[in-house]
Amino acid sequence: MTAVTDRQKLQYITARAADARVNVELETEGMTLNIGPQHPATHGTLRIVARLDGEQVIAAEPVAGYMHRGYEKIAEVRTYAQVTTLVNRIDWLGSFANEVPFILAAERLMEVEAPPRAMWIRTILFEMSRIANLILFLGDMGVQLGAITPVFFAFRDREYVLDQIERVTGGRFHPNFDRIGGVKDDLPKGWLEDTKAVMEKVRSFCDEIEDLLMGSEVFQQRTRGIGIIPPDVALQYGLSGANARASGIDWDLRRDNCIGLAYPEVDWKVWTHPDGDSFARFWVRLQEVREASRIIDQLADGVPSGPIMAKVPRIIKVPAGEAWISTENPLGEMGYYVVSQGDLTPFRLKIRSASFNNISITPWLLRGVYVPDIVTILASLYFILGDIDR
Amino acid sequence: MGLGLVESGKMPAPLTKLLNLSRKYSLWVYQWGLACCAIEMGAAFGSPRYDVMRLGVIPLPASPRQADLVVISGTVTDKMAPAIRRLWEQMPDPKYVISMGSCANCGGPYWDSYSVTKGIDQIIPVDVYVPGCPPRPEALLEGVVLLQERIQNEDMAARWTGEPIVVE
Repeated sequence: MTAVTDRQKLQYITARAADARVNVELETEGMTLNIGPQHPATHGTLRIVARLDGEQVIAAEPVAGYMHRGYEKIAEVRTYAQVTTLVNRIDWLGSFANEVPFILAAERLMEVEAPPRAMWIRTILFEMSRIANLILFLGDMGVQLGAITPVFFAFRDREYVLDQIERVTGGRFHPNFDRIGGVKDDLPKGWLEDTKAVMEKVRSFCDEIEDLLMGSEVFQQRTRGIGIIPPDVALQYGLSGANARASGIDWDLRRDNCIGLAYPEVDWKVWTHPDGDSFARFWVRLQEVREASRIIDQLADGVPSGPIMAKVPRIIKVPAGEAWISTENPLGEMGYYVVSQGDLTPFRLKIRSASFNNISITPWLLRGVYVPDIVTILASLYFILGDIDR
Repeated sequence: MGLGLVESGKMPAPLTKLLNLSRKYSLWVYQWGLACCAIEMGAAFGSPRYDVMRLGVIPLPASPRQADLVVISGTVTDKMAPAIRRLWEQMPDPKYVISMGSCANCGGPYWDSYSVTKGIDQIIPVDVYVPGCPPRPEALLEGVVLLQERIQNEDMAARWTGEPIVVE
């Protein structure tokens, strides 16, 4: 019989205890994390249910529908002019951009074409709504990473853009300015010069954001190499807009399939980024705001004179037929499929909104990331709930 | 301080005035941003041009349990309504509700939609309705000022023991 000393006993016990502790530490218990439906990181009311293993996401699923307002159904009982009011509110940050594809589809069915001046005004406002939309993204991305200053700058400079939109359309947010055959009003006197001054402010805002955020080491570490979307996956999930361009897909409907807008008349560039990570998505959108301000500058110099409305009947009855038009909206490709049976109202309206497809990649993209990265990835994907749920 | 007094309904008038004054200028508001109005609310609360903090409104609490006031801004769908009711129930009394925008007031442009709740006053009591689609930030600030007037003139005892605030 060997005598066991107290010291040996103690060693044995501590070793077992340490083993046990290691096991307890390594052993993880599955956990379900529910984000939303009301969470600042989800830009509204998206709900994400994530299954976690420790701090890693095993599976994540977006639950949409908290903002479903039934556009496609109620559009069937609205006249064409009323549908414009309705579709304003799909992507509420860039409202004017929502009207344009619908109006273009209706114009194609009616076989009218807006006069050049109306086309120019449309394009200017389209780009202004892009700026109003993406400026908020640039500020908001900082908030999601814990930097609260950029969003104040964003709101400050967004007000200047909204002021300009309001001077033309009378609406700060939802202009409802586009009409079948043209636009509602002509530009006010001196508006183009003021717009150019505002574009100068927008560009200086972009420089500010670049200095504030992109140079920051924290920002780089939280976004570089996080949430990488390879080009083939982006295509499979139907990503469009800046999300696709950040994955290196050189595809922009403004250049590739421009219908009824004045983009071919100006000299501009489609920005892409080869990386496909959160940083690339931020960078592409930053360049897009700059590019949009340059487009507006060029358009403002060359607005042609002439009428702003084509000849259309007072009571609009769209002839029977079907039309599909999509444009490059701030969030990506947005299209309307209008089916008319010759009535005052559309017979069926199918809305293809960009965010719905952009968000459908989240189960694939969030698998394996860490919990804090969920927020940055969602912020960089940039969706708007009205655009997802419609 | 005078919690027993408040509950028994024997609050001296000067004390009521003092308490109301303090309550009115430290409104912690929980932002319930739902749709388009959320951006205008963000402009009112977060932008340098409108700056709601000068009215004594603090738009910071992350939890409804720290909030005195909730701004329901945007379209409330039938899927969302139970969550709103639940978070409103978690707010400590006295609590106030501002309904911002036509959608939250009455359904707005979606008055005939199958999925939209036509007015949040069906699920929670509302103190101030701010009309507009969406209301301008100035309109929301006006709503906050109206609510502050209401708080200033509130009888604490009636608030605790009497009828709930009548929705106007």
